[in-house]
Amino acid sequence: MNSSYDVIVVGAGHAGCEAAAAAANLGSKVLLITMNMGVIAQMSCNPAMGGVAKGQIVREIDAMGGYSGIITDKSTIQFRMLNRSKGPAMWSPRAQNDRMRFAEEWRLALEQTPNVDFWQDMVIEVIVEKGKVVGVKTGMGISFNAKAVILTNGTFLNGVIHIGEKRFGGGRTAEKAATGLTEQLQSLGFEAGRMKTGTPPRVDGRSLNYALMEEQKGDENPGHFSYKDIEIPKEQRSCYITYTNEEVHEVLKEGFDRSPMFAGRIKGLGPRYCPSIEDKINRFADRNRHQIFVEPEGIHTVEIYVNGFSTSLPEDIQLKALHKIPGFEKAKMFRPGYAIEYDYFPPTQLSLNLETKLVKNLFFAGQINGTTGYEEAACQGFLAGINAHRNCTNEEAFILKRSESYMGVLVDDLVTKGTEEPYRMFTSRAEHRLLLRQDNADIRLTQMAFDMGLADQSRLDRVNDKLAQTANIIKYLKEKSIDPAAINQILVDKETNEIPHSVKLINLLLRPQIELLDLAKGDTHLQEMLNNIPSEFIEQAEIAMKYESYLEKEMEMVGKIKNLEEKVINPDFNYQSIVSLSKEATEKLLKIKPRTLGQASRISGVSPADISVLMIHMNN
Amino acid sequence: MSLTDTIVALATPAGTGAIGVIRLSGADAIQIANSIFTGKDLSKQASHTLHFGKITNGNVVIDEVLASIFVAPNSYTKENSVEISCHGSAYIISQIIKLILSKGARMAKAGEFTMRAFLNGQLDLSQAEAVADLIASQNAASHQIAMNQMRGGFSSELQALRSELINFASLVELELDFSEEDVEFANRTQMKNLILQILKVITRLINSFELGNVIKNGIPVVIAGKPNVGKSTLLNALLNEERAIVSEIAGTTRDTIEDEMSIQGLRFRFIDTAGIRETDDVIEAKGVARSMEKINSSAVILYVYDASKTSLSELQTIIAEFKPIIEKNNSTLFLVENKSDKNTAAPYEIEGLRHIQISALLKTGMQTLENELVKLVDLAALASGESIVSNLRHAEALQNAATALEKVLNGIDNPITSDFLAMDIKQALQHLGEITGSISTDDLLDNIFSKFCIGK
Repeated sequence: MNSSYDVIVVGAGHAGCEAAAAAANLGSKVLLITMNMGVIAQMSCNPAMGGVAKGQIVREIDAMGGYSGIITDKSTIQFRMLNRSKGPAMWSPRAQNDRMRFAEEWRLALEQTPNVDFWQDMVIEVIVEKGKVVGVKTGMGISFNAKAVILTNGTFLNGVIHIGEKRFGGGRTAEKAATGLTEQLQSLGFEAGRMKTGTPPRVDGRSLNYALMEEQKGDENPGHFSYKDIEIPKEQRSCYITYTNEEVHEVLKEGFDRSPMFAGRIKGLGPRYCPSIEDKINRFADRNRHQIFVEPEGIHTVEIYVNGFSTSLPEDIQLKALHKIPGFEKAKMFRPGYAIEYDYFPPTQLSLNLETKLVKNLFFAGQINGTTGYEEAACQGFLAGINAHRNCTNEEAFILKRSESYMGVLVDDLVTKGTEEPYRMFTSRAEHRLLLRQDNADIRLTQMAFDMGLADQSRLDRVNDKLAQTANIIKYLKEKSIDPAAINQILVDKETNEIPHSVKLINLLLRPQIELLDLAKGDTHLQEMLNNIPSEFIEQAEIAMKYESYLEKEMEMVGKIKNLEEKVINPDFNYQSIVSLSKEATEKLLKIKPRTLGQASRISGVSPADISVLMIHMNN
Repeated sequence: MSLTDTIVALATPAGTGAIGVIRLSGADAIQIANSIFTGKDLSKQASHTLHFGKITNGNVVIDEVLASIFVAPNSYTKENSVEISCHGSAYIISQIIKLILSKGARMAKAGEFTMRAFLNGQLDLSQAEAVADLIASQNAASHQIAMNQMRGGFSSELQALRSELINFASLVELELDFSEEDVEFANRTQMKNLILQILKVITRLINSFELGNVIKNGIPVVIAGKPNVGKSTLLNALLNEERAIVSEIAGTTRDTIEDEMSIQGLRFRFIDTAGIRETDDVIEAKGVARSMEKINSSAVILYVYDASKTSLSELQTIIAEFKPIIEKNNSTLFLVENKSDKNTAAPYEIEGLRHIQISALLKTGMQTLENELVKLVDLAALASGESIVSNLRHAEALQNAATALEKVLNGIDNPITSDFLAMDIKQALQHLGEITGSISTDDLLDNIFSKFCIGK
């Protein structure tokens, strides 16, 4: 058995899988250790990828050569582009996935990645020598050596599952918790905390009456996540929408006295934006109904995920309450919902490359850092994989800016501000969200990934083609005028004013009612140009022209803060020597060790006045 | 410039007064004061205590003084501070400061005590600016604005606005980030009303800038009229001194003369101008051009005329000439009939204009003129303690916020998608933040989580 690796990845969830793939594809020898090889890349919660802000993250991972987008596309059973009615920064791809197919595709992808070895075991210790990680020890008593270790333990560290008054150790339903590692990390000086999350019951689709629910179909022309243009499966499924009612709420209340949440048995903080159904009833008592999404778990399976009904109430109450929901009168339950408490490590203990400040070459990624969501986990794993490899090869850390990616926003938020509740990405977390769109993730990131050897030539060629074709269209629209005779009928059809004399095509495109394809109907040359390129390129050109003024303003704002973002603080900077810094600021700055003045300005407790003080001192 | 060392400066005006106050601030302030102080051990005294003792240089006693001790963070600068009250002789003061400098302090730069108060979090930016205004305030009204602003009146009004706007921004963000869920959407009509309401307050603040500005810098009052009607005599009468040369010769005043005067606590800046007439004299012509410039840039125009030499129709022609200027600048025209001592006829009746009879020479009617000038200022706004903007930076930030809000309104009327609306709102918030401190996305999310039921 080979026992010496460049990078060891502990855990094979969304973070672990991306980490292993990224490090291996960059050339590291990787060992992926998981407690159960049967459940690699399990979707522990809902069978879906993407959504608002999260879809953008998957696109970013894909643009850099990660696997999440490809796997999602291969296992999609419904695709929707959310927020189509809003501006392009809000368009967010979301897919329902076949849970089993998703996991299988991930496993096959990893098996086919050279440089990835697997080992089924529980890691109970990281081996540290002179402040540097050198390997791991497992429950079976085996030691593996490595130059770098990435921990992606998810909800498994001292995981405790709660259902009503029952409670038992576990990392997921029917899976053992991981023990020992938290305590060892604490003995090394790491600070650990407790978080909570939950999941709804799964039911038998054959027992539901869909006639009483609202059907929610996928897009007529489904898109996809990967820039590799992977075809998604032809066969698609619908989701359904139904609602709870006061009767449901009354039944649920019967179980409140046995609720682990309300009885205080659960100490960890759960996400406010993903509350359990009992929490919703309790906190928003004035609402007499809550929305339930009925989501298929796969193309063939009859198992159904009851989205919106996360609960840790006793299983008898869960079933009784489900029966009061329209369409669920005869529902058979497969598995009850549950809450899970687990250990996490406040992410302010990490540097921007996701390496711990305490132990060199030790990386944390995913839920262990206090995040929630497959996409959030995947992108951390991906970045940790890249940086673990770069540490092995003595290359400088790879850090994405907030103005160039959601991934950069996520890591910067975690490391700089930490998080008290499970952290989920929102578009509102990104101050430059107009620039961080799902349509341009490749333009933003592929070149960088290509330069480090992660994205292949075909990806880069596609980006360059996209840039060239887009520029061509823009140039044409700016130069070409169109006569009233050629376009007026089209304008009338689109309910916008006719033109009295010829105007530049771009002026017409600026009208909200008009799209590039409308103009093409009046200009044969444009039609030919558009016929020969993917619809995504057309979209790109359209966005660039239609929203030019807003995009320019956003770029200007990025420029304004550039000074702060680029002002690097010496890692040995002596904050304590500056008495005019507030005590709180000094403490926080010492703890976080911000890389730049910009990062320092985002630390809570560091005021604009403190930043002025720092700036004055740094300029001296 | 270091921000950690100890600084010293004379806090009272230079020159001989009864006492002088020397102020020290910085980590070593108390220690330095103690090293030159004979009396109690100042380093062991509680904050906010006053101690009698002697300042000595070696064996030489310089002065008997009172030392006030302020221990950090309970001082204006939040640093250790000492105020030494000594006798007000320039010699003593300079000796004591020299001694303090020799012990390791350095001379404070202008405004440095306030800068430290700002950097140490004692004051926010607008409060720090208010302190500077307060120190410079030379009249009752600007003193009141500065005091109000320093106590945070101005900031707190903006804070309230900001939180209303955050509410609104949260609603839009909710729409964007939770569009898939059963969330309430921002009601566009309500949104519009809210924005209009906020705009109204901002507009009032912007408009108050004009008032704040004139109060701070003095209300410009130009004295205009034909040559030899007694404009300079009027200026001298208002200032109560022989500021301008007066003579019987028309065209004596060739250039404008300005001086300030406080009337009933308000500061006025009076500008005497060369008489307006056609002239071949090159220098006088330049003076006339200058007069026109001043008339254009003043809030009040006192048009002085000699009733005995001016017919009603002539006067009406002149009024008509002034009309476009007044309308353009939103200024006020006062008719001042001078030389009432020589002209006994009843004043002309002219509707809609303030009209006063005076004799600048005998100083009759001056009290009425002063009262009329004071009436022009919106004292009601001052007395009610409403926030008044007197700082150009604030006025600009408000103006920018207003522009962004207008864009939001426009965006609601000609529907643009809410992510762009959100961007305009964020801009407005940012501009308001330039005065009071900025908004973070955490504010928005916290607001969302605390108010709305979300989560599938």
